[in-house]
Amino acid sequence: MSEHILEVNNLAVSIPVPSGMLRPVQNISLHVDRGETLCIVGESGCGKSLTSLAIMDLLPQKAVRTADAIKLAGEELKDARERTMADVRGNRMSMIFQEPMTSLNPAYTVGTQLAEALRRHKPVSANEARDRAIYLLEKVGITAAASRLGQYPHQLSGGLRQRVMIAMALMCGPDLIIADEPTTALDVTIQAQILHLLAELQDEFDMGLILITHDLGVVARIADRVAVMYAGQFVENGTAEQVFGSPAHPYTRGLLDCIPIPGKTSPGERLGAIPGIVPSLVGHMPGCHFASRCPLVSNDCAQQSIPMRDGSGAGHVFRCLLDQKDTEAVSYKGAA
Amino acid sequence: MLVFAVKRFGVAVLVALTVSILSFSMMYLSGDPAIALAGEGSSQEDIENVRRVYGFDRPIIVQYGDWLWNALHGNLGHSNYLKSDVASVIFERLPTTMLLGACALGFALVLSIPLGVVAAIRPNSLIDRVALTIAVIGQAMPSFWFALTMILWFSITWRLLPITGTDSWKNFIMPSIALGYYVTPAVMRLTRAGMLEVLSSDYIRTARAKGLRPMTVLFKHALRNAIIPVVSLAAVQFGFMLGGSIVIETIFAINGLGFLAWESILRADLPMMQAIVLVLSVFYIFLTFFADMLNAFLDPRIRVA
Amino acid sequence: MTDTVSTERPAQAQVNAEMMEPSPGTLLRRRIFGHAGFMIGAVVLGTIFLMAILAPVISPHDPYDQVLARKLIPPIWHESAKATWEHPLGTDHLGRDYLSRLFHGAQISLLIGFAAMLISGVIGTTIGVLAGYFGGRVDMVVNFIVTTRLSMPVVLVALAVVSLVGSSLTMVIWVLGLLIWDRFAVVMRSATQQVRNLDFVTSAQAVGCSTPRIIFAEIMPNIANSLIVIATIEMAHAILLEAALSFLGLGVQPPEPSWGLMIAEAKGMMFFDSWLIVIPGTALFALVLAINLLGDGLRDVTAPENRN
Repeated sequence: MSEHILEVNNLAVSIPVPSGMLRPVQNISLHVDRGETLCIVGESGCGKSLTSLAIMDLLPQKAVRTADAIKLAGEELKDARERTMADVRGNRMSMIFQEPMTSLNPAYTVGTQLAEALRRHKPVSANEARDRAIYLLEKVGITAAASRLGQYPHQLSGGLRQRVMIAMALMCGPDLIIADEPTTALDVTIQAQILHLLAELQDEFDMGLILITHDLGVVARIADRVAVMYAGQFVENGTAEQVFGSPAHPYTRGLLDCIPIPGKTSPGERLGAIPGIVPSLVGHMPGCHFASRCPLVSNDCAQQSIPMRDGSGAGHVFRCLLDQKDTEAVSYKGAA
Repeated sequence: MLVFAVKRFGVAVLVALTVSILSFSMMYLSGDPAIALAGEGSSQEDIENVRRVYGFDRPIIVQYGDWLWNALHGNLGHSNYLKSDVASVIFERLPTTMLLGACALGFALVLSIPLGVVAAIRPNSLIDRVALTIAVIGQAMPSFWFALTMILWFSITWRLLPITGTDSWKNFIMPSIALGYYVTPAVMRLTRAGMLEVLSSDYIRTARAKGLRPMTVLFKHALRNAIIPVVSLAAVQFGFMLGGSIVIETIFAINGLGFLAWESILRADLPMMQAIVLVLSVFYIFLTFFADMLNAFLDPRIRVA
Repeated sequence: MTDTVSTERPAQAQVNAEMMEPSPGTLLRRRIFGHAGFMIGAVVLGTIFLMAILAPVISPHDPYDQVLARKLIPPIWHESAKATWEHPLGTDHLGRDYLSRLFHGAQISLLIGFAAMLISGVIGTTIGVLAGYFGGRVDMVVNFIVTTRLSMPVVLVALAVVSLVGSSLTMVIWVLGLLIWDRFAVVMRSATQQVRNLDFVTSAQAVGCSTPRIIFAEIMPNIANSLIVIATIEMAHAILLEAALSFLGLGVQPPEPSWGLMIAEAKGMMFFDSWLIVIPGTALFALVLAINLLGDGLRDVTAPENRN
């Protein structure tokens, strides 16, 4: 097996709050290979964004991160000092954020902010940085790239700003890009373009890509592997065919029932809804996080901590006591 | 930007005109300005003489127009106490006050901006609390009392600094601190609030995600944006300090505009008082105008609209 | 719609819900008594207030009584043979009992501070609320007036005016009151602007309430918090200005025991008898500090979400 670009083992984030310890991210293990797209899906607040920030070591000050391993191209980063992390960030792994409107500094031109990303990490001249910026702006589909360098963020549309953010993430030619819902804040028409662009660039530059989203339609189109996240944990992780074709976890099934998927949902078919609410993640919670909403819940579910297990032996792992065939009966269609 | 500048300038001129009317009407606050100018115990003849010489017998609107016309040509009247041209006295004293104001502002900014930044980096930390305490205490200290206390310690007890005069830079240390400390809390709080807001913004996260060094993130990306409102505040406070220098200059016998104002008030030197109020107000008006321009220049969202 | 696209963050909502358990009243009381600054401010201000009210009763001597034979007695903590319990804080250069003058001086500071704050509060709030409520031209005019007022140096104008119209306690109150309304106007204007766009004001307009009724019944109660905070700031401001005017000899006139005036009178003797300026200065500092602490505390207690 070739070396993974990113390998994360048992990552957790905890945040002290007045009522106890909030654990928004628990037991996250994942890996991404070169040229591979891993999509992390889940509803808002399930811990997707915090997971990505934890990998970048960009968590808010109060948050505490623990992990057994966070390896970037084999290099262990879990105990890396801020200085080491700063050398890694934007250089070997970059991040694209959700809010293009506010993610660029209003006081500096696009050119300054692009060049800065490169010159921080590589010994290049201002002119070389400028050439690279123009090259990448063209790559991300911005016309008249050279003239854009002198513009300020407020002069650009949201779509353009997100393209600039992508170009910025690519400046140093990173091994891995983490995109945290990069299209949520954009117009629907632009969303598709940006995602398409990301997939293309990933292919061209042979990078690993972690795409965080709650849009299953997107996932179905571009994911190589899919991790489904619920209440701070991965509940299912496998190739796109495995997760979409034969979902094993009742929550994944519920999620798929709730979303129209091109080619799978027939016209006129009613979508479903999962009854109940997400549990509080304050304090320690034994057992399955989905137990309170699961139609197949049994006494065992709330008792023990449930590990990820490989039901088929093909790398398709899920966090449920039942086997894949046992959950087939779950359907939320018409439940609403 | 140009439209904004022109509009803003128009407002400044209008405010300046209004202030000139107010300063002019100060003349009539005491009742008959001729009596006030002639001094107590002057004869009826003297008073009539003053009335004629100063033109108080003309309609008020004509007097104002005349006064304004002269003021616009740099003629701010004649001080019959100093037997001299008001404008030349004022512009002789103005540099001293400006120097004092600049030193005081410098002191305030050097103290308050770093404190505000540090307090914002570690909110609710010990440094934040200490800074906040200094701010609260500073704001409650009467400047003249603070000045006297400093004299008591640094000049009388320890004999480190001269009390009065303007002979050397040492003379400016205590007055600058006494004038400037009152400004530090406001600047500090604004810097702290601005930095707190900016540091939690998305573009700071972007800067960190680029792997920029903490110092670069803090100064190039955060402070650059947080400092914009501080510029306006500093200008406003500089204007206030020039007005407030009257107390400090009096205590330290600094021969500036404030001291001159106090002297002319005690001597009921009306043209001088009027002129000083006008000069300081107009200076403030254009100071804030330039501050707004600088502000717009610092913020590309306004400059390159 | 489904949970998948819901914008609510359930985990966070729950955390908030758990934090909100005690009743608002309990929380308010807890915040008030847990706020050290507020409590210190309240106690100090209360003490000075009592000193002022009870000054005629608790003063050991007549504050105006000059006994030249007993002048410049140091306060009791001085290791001087002259120090005596008959004059705990000593006497000034005219032999007047310093403690009695300090008590009576509290009356002057509080009276001027409160009255000037009241006058400026009425002026500033009126034009601020009008500007905020009506907006448009009214707002422009008010903005212009405030800008004009701000461009004139307060201390200088106050001194000049007092010197021209004659200085007395009443005059100082009026001059200060007419000069320091700017902050009231600015803050009340923005507070009103925020409130007037809220739904309950719109609905009051929709059911046909009169403008005065909307302003007094709907808007005023909602801007009262910031009004009180500004009132404390301006009261402290007025007290400091009065002290400065009196210090420069153009405020309250001798033989009144204004703290600022006491410092001015003692200025010449500070080389030898520094306590003469230390005592009234400390009193002034304590009073202003107490009012500021109270104001800061009120802001924190009434609006905990704005604490930063």
